[in-house]
Amino acid sequence: MVQDLLHSSPSLLNFGIFFAMALAFLFVILGFVTYAILAERKVLGFMQGRIGPNHLGGRWGLLQTVADVLKLLVKEDLIPKASDRPMFIIAPVIAFAPAFVVVATIPFTENLQFADLNVGLLYYIAISGITIIGTLMAAWASNNKYSLLGGMRATAQMVSYEIPLVMAGLGIVLLTGSMNLNDIVLAQQESGWFILWQPVAFVVFFIAAMAELYRVPFDLAEAENELVAGFHTEYSGFRWAMFMLAEYVYMFAMSALIIVLFFGGWLPPFEFLSFIPGAVWFGLKFAVVTYVLYWFRATFPRMRPDQLMEFAWKILLPVALANIFLTALLKELLNIF
Amino acid sequence: MIRTEEILLNVGPQHPSTHGVFRLVLTLDGEVITDAKPVIGYLHRGTEKIAENLQYTQIIPYTDRMDYVSAMTNNYVLVHAVETMMNIEIPERAEYLRILAMELNRVASHLLWWGTYILDFGATSPLLYAFREREMILNLLNELSGARLTFNYMRVGGVKWDAPEGWIEKVRDFVPYMRKMLVGYNELVSGNEIFLNRTKNIGTYTKEDALNYSLSGVNLRSTGVKWDLRKDEPYSIYDRFDFNVVTRDAGDAFARYECRLEEIEESLKIIEQAVEQFPQDGPFMAKVPKIIKAPKGEAFVRIEGSRGEIGCYIASDGKKEPYRMKFRRPSFYNLQILPKLLIGENISNLISILGAIDIVLGEVDG
Repeated sequence: MVQDLLHSSPSLLNFGIFFAMALAFLFVILGFVTYAILAERKVLGFMQGRIGPNHLGGRWGLLQTVADVLKLLVKEDLIPKASDRPMFIIAPVIAFAPAFVVVATIPFTENLQFADLNVGLLYYIAISGITIIGTLMAAWASNNKYSLLGGMRATAQMVSYEIPLVMAGLGIVLLTGSMNLNDIVLAQQESGWFILWQPVAFVVFFIAAMAELYRVPFDLAEAENELVAGFHTEYSGFRWAMFMLAEYVYMFAMSALIIVLFFGGWLPPFEFLSFIPGAVWFGLKFAVVTYVLYWFRATFPRMRPDQLMEFAWKILLPVALANIFLTALLKELLNIF
Repeated sequence: MIRTEEILLNVGPQHPSTHGVFRLVLTLDGEVITDAKPVIGYLHRGTEKIAENLQYTQIIPYTDRMDYVSAMTNNYVLVHAVETMMNIEIPERAEYLRILAMELNRVASHLLWWGTYILDFGATSPLLYAFREREMILNLLNELSGARLTFNYMRVGGVKWDAPEGWIEKVRDFVPYMRKMLVGYNELVSGNEIFLNRTKNIGTYTKEDALNYSLSGVNLRSTGVKWDLRKDEPYSIYDRFDFNVVTRDAGDAFARYECRLEEIEESLKIIEQAVEQFPQDGPFMAKVPKIIKAPKGEAFVRIEGSRGEIGCYIASDGKKEPYRMKFRRPSFYNLQILPKLLIGENISNLISILGAIDIVLGEVDG
């Protein structure tokens, strides 16, 4: 349906349909974010020997995040006097918009995908790079020393980890000969999930992805114990909420991308299980990947910035490059793909 | 043209990793600290001056509020000083109750430090585990004294309350439980590569530096100096227990981390032995006059607190109130080495170094 719409002649009606679909999808993602935050708090609570939210919305605390968001929305809108006002206002939008835009290319099931691009992977990585501009703008515009330090760290980290991320993804592109995420999923139908063929790439990709998401142990940009809150120290209310939202939407997008690249997207693990719809498989895999992200958060301390940089350039990048070389070699010799 | 300049960064007084109202004025060149000036006094209450107008028993609650994480040892140093001046014989049972209270408090204090130190590195779970165990200790001490933090438990001549029924058994059960948990602590944190990277060879100083800066407690022992007043100048009944003085030679933040974790084990040893030897009955308060008057003269006593040597100096002119009172507060002395350690370090090492010193601001400011 989406494909038909894309190829139809532009009209007000088509635009309206697209707009309505995008809006519906926005709410789906916001719904996800709402419950991802709750799930994170519940999982952390479980791991730390406490209960987590349990007051609002029944004993599972189902409305806790909704209440939190409402509280943020009605908070006073504070803009520091010494800040660069226009930049300060626009920065959260620039950080948030790409987070939402990248989700368009993710194939959730065979039919549910918003844009079937031939350069899906490239598109994802290119668009997600824009967020860092928002981060840097926020840090600079705040006119706060802690923000500046946090913004500097965030930028250095994002730029460094983007490279191993792309390099790890390249192994898969080599195997499938396509950057189309649909093709990548379908290629795994015959060969088995790519985590079997690309375990090294998976490890590199996963670590780099966590750094991109600012998750522990790579959450230096907002290291609250050193930098108060990093680049969003001066932000509060709904502007702050937009940064947090961007972060969680990225988590959504990145988990989905990991599933698409390494875990066969909507495909069942075994052929005889294919009577279960793809959406269920996607959801299950999704839950597992996000659970691992929460688990990491409960376990690890934070790295130091200089060690973080060393890790990206001296370990991850060489490993990723070696992986590309090896993949190319094996592909030529074994001739499976 | 590019213009670079050093920035002046104000860390604190309200900052999450200063563990209280402590202010540091840093000069940064990029992320490297070129100058550090600690500013203290935000929590100064003038305990020593206030004490000049109070009777000895009335001073005890004020000592609770100095090192509020380890109030039992503070209680003890005051009553110990007065008892030394008055030459009071303390009943056995009171001595054992004091030892149990002090050692339990030491474990609780080290647990709090352990949790918050790892929390400074961004790991949230250890804090909650540490608090779970600390909570049990606080409950035990609560049963004993009726308070969870500011105990006000010891009195000149003994302790205020006897141990309630079944309390000793609870303490006995706590020791093996805590030992089991310590194994888990070590598994979770002590071998973690990221944690090691952030603490090994960070904030290193030598034995000479430590002595010159008058450091005490773990901060001194982590450089290899075997000095623990419980062993070297035994007070109370510490000479009856078999325990080791934990030392390390490295002198870095990780050495201090290891020392504190091992000290928990040593404290558990003492608790275990004290529970075994605990006298079945007997008074928990010596015969002391209703109004306590220290004889004319002066006395200085020192004990091994959770953070180092706590000293108490009393000058008396024979009245109900001391003429002059002075506490040697270990956190205050230990903090002195901070600027020396910070200069030339990356700012993200700041929390590692400051955390390893283990200060309590109530004690720094007095």
